[in-house]
Amino acid sequence: MNEFSVVGKPVLKVDSLSLACGSAFFTADFTVKDPLFLAFFYSPHAHAEITAIDDSPARAMEGVVDVFHSGNTSSGLFTTAGQGYPEPSPYDTRLFNKTVRYSGDIAGAVLAESDKTARAAARAITVEYTLLPPLFDPEKAMDGDVPRIHDEDEYAPLPVAYRPEQNIAGEVLFSFGNVEKGFAEADFIEEETYNTHCTSHCAMEPHAATASFDEHGRLVIYSSTQVPFHARRIVSMTTGIPLHRIRVVKPRIGGGFGSKQEVILEPYVALAAWKHKRNVRAELTRREVFTTVRTRHAMRVRVKSGFKKDGTITALQMDDLMNTGAYGAHALTVLSNAASKVLPMFNKIPNMAFTGHAVYTTLPVGGAYRGYGATQGYFAFNQHVDAICRKVGADFVEYVKKWHIREGETSEVFRAIGEGTEGVSQIVRSCKLTECLDRGAEEIRWNELRGKRLRSGSVVKGVGAAVSMQGSGIAMVDMGSASMKMNDDGSFNLFAGATDIGTGSDTILSQIAAERLGISVEMIVILSSDTDLTPFDTGAYASSTTYISGQAVLRCAEKIGEQLLSTASSMTGAPVGNLSIGKGGKVINSADGSEIPFSEIACYSMYSRNQFQIQAQASFFGEESPPPFMAHFAEVDVDMETGRVRVVKFVSAGDCGQPINPVLALGQIEGATLNGISYALTEQYLFDAKGKMTNNSFWDYKIYGSLDIPEVKAILAESSEPSGPYGAKSISEIGINGPAPAIANAIFDAVGIRLRELPMTPEKVLAAIKAKAGR
Amino acid sequence: MSEVSPAWWGGIEMKGSFIVNGKKAEWSFAPDAVLLDVLRNNGHTEVHRGCGEGECGACAVILEGRLVNSCQVFAASAAGQKITTVAGIGSIHSPHPIQQAFVEAGAIQCGFCTPAMILAVFCLLQKTPNPTDDEIRKALDGNLCRCTGYVKIFEAVRLAARRMSSNE
Repeated sequence: MNEFSVVGKPVLKVDSLSLACGSAFFTADFTVKDPLFLAFFYSPHAHAEITAIDDSPARAMEGVVDVFHSGNTSSGLFTTAGQGYPEPSPYDTRLFNKTVRYSGDIAGAVLAESDKTARAAARAITVEYTLLPPLFDPEKAMDGDVPRIHDEDEYAPLPVAYRPEQNIAGEVLFSFGNVEKGFAEADFIEEETYNTHCTSHCAMEPHAATASFDEHGRLVIYSSTQVPFHARRIVSMTTGIPLHRIRVVKPRIGGGFGSKQEVILEPYVALAAWKHKRNVRAELTRREVFTTVRTRHAMRVRVKSGFKKDGTITALQMDDLMNTGAYGAHALTVLSNAASKVLPMFNKIPNMAFTGHAVYTTLPVGGAYRGYGATQGYFAFNQHVDAICRKVGADFVEYVKKWHIREGETSEVFRAIGEGTEGVSQIVRSCKLTECLDRGAEEIRWNELRGKRLRSGSVVKGVGAAVSMQGSGIAMVDMGSASMKMNDDGSFNLFAGATDIGTGSDTILSQIAAERLGISVEMIVILSSDTDLTPFDTGAYASSTTYISGQAVLRCAEKIGEQLLSTASSMTGAPVGNLSIGKGGKVINSADGSEIPFSEIACYSMYSRNQFQIQAQASFFGEESPPPFMAHFAEVDVDMETGRVRVVKFVSAGDCGQPINPVLALGQIEGATLNGISYALTEQYLFDAKGKMTNNSFWDYKIYGSLDIPEVKAILAESSEPSGPYGAKSISEIGINGPAPAIANAIFDAVGIRLRELPMTPEKVLAAIKAKAGR
Repeated sequence: MSEVSPAWWGGIEMKGSFIVNGKKAEWSFAPDAVLLDVLRNNGHTEVHRGCGEGECGACAVILEGRLVNSCQVFAASAAGQKITTVAGIGSIHSPHPIQQAFVEAGAIQCGFCTPAMILAVFCLLQKTPNPTDDEIRKALDGNLCRCTGYVKIFEAVRLAARRMSSNE
C-alpha cells in the first residue's frame, strides 16, 4: 500500500472550528437589507382542485406585499429533483398547482414585511376546493378504477417509461437467464413480501433560502442546497429569469441526507424577489419540513428465489412497488437503485428477473434519501438470505462469503440497470467484503451469540447480520470539476463545485490536493460552492463527491504540479526531467539535491519574467461507479413481554477503498448507522384518515438521541480502488442500508419471528411473538 | 379563518437589557418575541433554530447558569439576565477547550447542532468535571444530532473533561 503524507490521515475538518465557535454562516444567518419574508399556505386535502382563492383578507393586512398562487402565477412543468439535465424524473409539478395532490402540497405563498405577518396572512387566505378522491394505497394505484393523480400534460423529459394514465411514475424491468427454469431446478422455493415505510431526513437545519441583489441587479440566492448548479438551472427554468442573472451561493449546510437535493424554496424566493426587486427570505419550520418537503420512498419488495439443498440459488425474482407520493421526484432512479445496488451482490445467480413500478398516490412526496432505494431493497434481500441460510442449515456469514461478488468479477445487473436507462458494465476492482464480514463477526461475537438465545428474565438476546453495497457517483452521468490558483506564499486557492453539506468534502478535497502537491492542508484554501466562482459539479448526491469531485481535484492538482516543475525549470535552467515535487512545498532537483520553495516559484511566475498565474482546472466524468461494501451486525435484546427491541451493540464494517480521512469516514458510518437504527425501530409517518400527517414534530416523530444510542462500532477494511483518487471509493450512504435487516435478522435469531414490515415497533414485535405462541 | 393580528398589542415594542456574553445589550422586541428570535435578529446567528418547539435543542443558550432552549423563553422574561451563547465561551481565535475537543475528536459534521451541544457540555462539566458515560448521555439528551451518531461527540466530551480537569 502507498505511503501517504496527508491522505489517510485524520486531518481536522477544515470548517469545524468555525462551526464549534458559531462563526460559520448557514443560509438563514445571512443578513440582507430590508428583506421581505415568504410564507406558504398548504392544501389540507389529499387530493383536490382549487376552484377559488380569496386572498383579499391577506392583501388587506398591513405589511403584506403580494400573494402568489395558481390564480395569478403560472410556471411551466418541472421536477423539484435536483438531477442531471434532462432529469430522469417526470415533469409533473408547477410552482403553484391548481390540483393539489397531498395534504401539505403548496397552494400559495404570501410575501410580507415580516415573517410573522406573512404567516398570519397565509392563514387568512380562503381557498375553495373541489374534493377529488384520494389514493392512499399504492397496491391499488395501478388498478383501473382508482383516481388518476396526474391526468393533464405531465411528461417525462427523457425517453423512459412514464404512464400517468396508470399512475405509473416510473418502471424498471429487466431479466436474464430463465427464472422459471431456475425455479424448476430448485429444491426449495422461498417467497416473501417486505414493506418499508416513508421517513423524514431530519437534517437539523430546516430548508431556507434567501434571494438578494448584487450591485448589478443580479439575483444572488443563498440556499441550503446540495445542488447549487441544478438549483440555478431550475430557478431559471421555472421563473424565466435568465440563468446568467442568477448566482447561487451555498454556505454551510446543516445536513442534507438527500432532502436538499430537492429544489423547493429557491424558485419561490427568486420569483418574489425578481418581481418586487426586494430581498426575500424564506425559512421553513420543522413541521413544514415534515409535511411538505420530501420523504424516503416507501416500498413493497417481493422476493422469490429457488435454491438447492446446498444453498445454491438457481433463480431470483424481485418485484418492487414503490410509493412516490404525489409527485415523481427521483421515482425512477430510487426504484432503479433498489435493484442495481442490491442484486449485483450475489452475482452468480444464473437466472434473475426484476420488475419495479413507482406509483403515484396522494401522500407526501418521496425523494432522495441516503441509501436511495438500496436501503429498501436490502431490508428484503438480507432477510431473504437469512431465511435461505436457515432452510439449508448454513451460517449467514459463511454463506455470504461464499456467494458475494468479488474483485475481478462483474454482474449482469450493472449492465442492465442504470439511472432509469440501461446501465454501465463494470468489473469490481476492489472488494473487501469478506474481511468486513470476518472483522464484524468477531466484533459482535457472532460465534458466541448466534443461535444461543441467551435469556435474562423476559429478555432474549439475538444477533443478526446484513451486507450491502452502494455506488460511487452515477456512471456516465456525474461530473465534477475544480480549479486552483497559486498565491505568493506557495499556498493555493481550491475552488470546488462539490458541495460540502456537513460530510467533510471540503476537507477531503483539500487533502487530495495537498497530497498531490506535497504540502499540508493549511496551504490549501478551499471554497465551495458558488455558481459564480466555482466550476460546475453535479452536486452532493449519489455518494459521488470523494470519487468524482475528488478525481477532478486530483487531476487539477496534477496540472498545477506540471506547471510548478516547468516554472522551476525556467527559473533554474534545470531540465524538467530532473525536477520533482518534494514534501513541504518545494521542488527538488535530483541532479544536485537543491530545493526551490513553492513561494519562490510563485513569485517568479507573478513578478519576474514571462509572468503568468500558475493555475489549472480539471473535470472528471465517472465512467464506472465502484461500489463500497459493508457488513452490518446487530446484537439485540427482545423483551418477550413488551415486544421492545433494544439494540445493544451495532457493528458496521465497511470497505470504502482508501479512506481519504479515516475520522470523517468513520463519522459517516456512525451517523448513517444510527439513522438506520432509528429508521428501523421508531421513525414513521402517521396519517389520519384524510392523509394528513399527524406527527409532524420531533415530539411525536421519534429520532434517536443520546440516551437511545447503543454501542456503535465502525470498522474500516481498507482496500484500494484503482479508478478512485488515491484508491478511494464512497462511504456516506452505505451505512444506512444495514441496520433494519440486521436488526430484523437478530430478532429472528432471538425469538424466531420475522418482521417484514418497518418500523419494527414493540406493538408489531409483540403481536408477532403472540401469533407465533398461538400457532 | 380570521386571525388575531400579529400586532394585537398595537404594534408596541418593548425594550429590555441583557448581558450577552458579558456585554450589555439593549434591544427592543415584541412582547411575545422569544429569546431565540431576539438573539438572532440582533446578530447572534450562532444560536440556531432547528424546530422552534423546544425539542431539538439547537437553540440552547445558557441563561443565568442554566441551559435553556431559547425558542421556549420569552425575551421579556429574560430581560436583565445573563445570557451565554457559544460565542461567549470561546472564539475562533481563542477557542474554549470544549470547542477544541469537538474539533479534534471529529465530533462535528454539519455543525448545526454543535453550538448548543457545546453549551450543554459546558454546563455538564461545570457541575461534573469527570462525568461518567451515563452522565454524558443524560446531559446531551436535549440536543439532537442527525449526522454523527453521537459516538465522536461522546469522545469529545471525554477529551474535554480530561483536559479541563488536568489543567485545573
